[in-house]
Amino acid sequence: MTWTAEIVVQLKAVVNDPQGLVVRDGLRRLGFSGVGDVRVGKYIQVELDAADAETARQSVSDMCERLLRNPVIEDYRIVNIARAVERAAAK
Amino acid sequence: MRFGVAVFPGTWSDRDCAHAVELAGHEAVMLWHKDTSLRGADCVILPGGFSYGDHLRAGAVARFAPLMDSVVDFAADGGLVWGICNGFQILCEAHLLPGALTRNSSLQFRCQPTWLRVESTASAFTAGSSRGDVLEIPISHGEGRYVADDATLAALEDEQRVAFRYVAPDGSPVGPASPNGSMRDIAGILNANRNVLGMMPHPERASEELLGSSDGMRLFQSVARSLARDGAVAAAAR
Repeated sequence: MTWTAEIVVQLKAVVNDPQGLVVRDGLRRLGFSGVGDVRVGKYIQVELDAADAETARQSVSDMCERLLRNPVIEDYRIVNIARAVERAAAK
Repeated sequence: MRFGVAVFPGTWSDRDCAHAVELAGHEAVMLWHKDTSLRGADCVILPGGFSYGDHLRAGAVARFAPLMDSVVDFAADGGLVWGICNGFQILCEAHLLPGALTRNSSLQFRCQPTWLRVESTASAFTAGSSRGDVLEIPISHGEGRYVADDATLAALEDEQRVAFRYVAPDGSPVGPASPNGSMRDIAGILNANRNVLGMMPHPERASEELLGSSDGMRLFQSVARSLARDGAVAAAAR
């Protein structure tokens, strides 16, 4: 079965995010005065073959630990895992 | 002495490093990323550039190159490994050095002179300098802000593994003029065995007066002198 995993990689909360600060200031300058903290991250989409969702999730976690994030500075979240065909049909 | 200079797709300072090595009177051999041989090098330089286009994170992909397996083994045997700019980023991603290099706090790519205070002379790279010496060596990077957790920073300081710190030209703290916002103004660090150095500034671009400074040449000469005096640890191991 083919799965599509969606992953968000973000700088850890304790790591200064200068990009986020610039975006925050830009939004405020545009008049969005209520804007608080802004953090900029990365969105990664991975297609993979796995027997079931749990196996796919395990595999994607391993990918994150070993390559997709740098554990010194980044956290990751697997925001979605779905059958690739289901995902295509939902579009 | 023979310096091996690694060449990854996107490396751009390899020839400058080889030029500096030759200027110092030593031999430079290029090490192709797909090869595993270090060609008998006494010291391996991982030069600056944008290996693999800096995809995902700077240095993240280069660590999978066949050459890097040999470099990791070489370092474990005590061989001298010198990462400059992108090379420093690769060494962190390969876990040969702790911490990470992140986007400059200014968000700008900075190509400018910097002044480095030598913080430790206990390494082949810095033995030719005195503690407190200020070297003028330029930087050229967008992601050079050194970041590590408190425990790592404390270990680096306690074990005197901070090799260089950014300072003002007179050697005083750099303060807000920091070129990248590195924690504790760290510009270069050593591993626990002191045979691996990572630094963001480019000593090869300060290797002759024509370039505005020859302070970087002292590091190349220091490596060669240390190798000549102590014999290459790794050469003995090979």
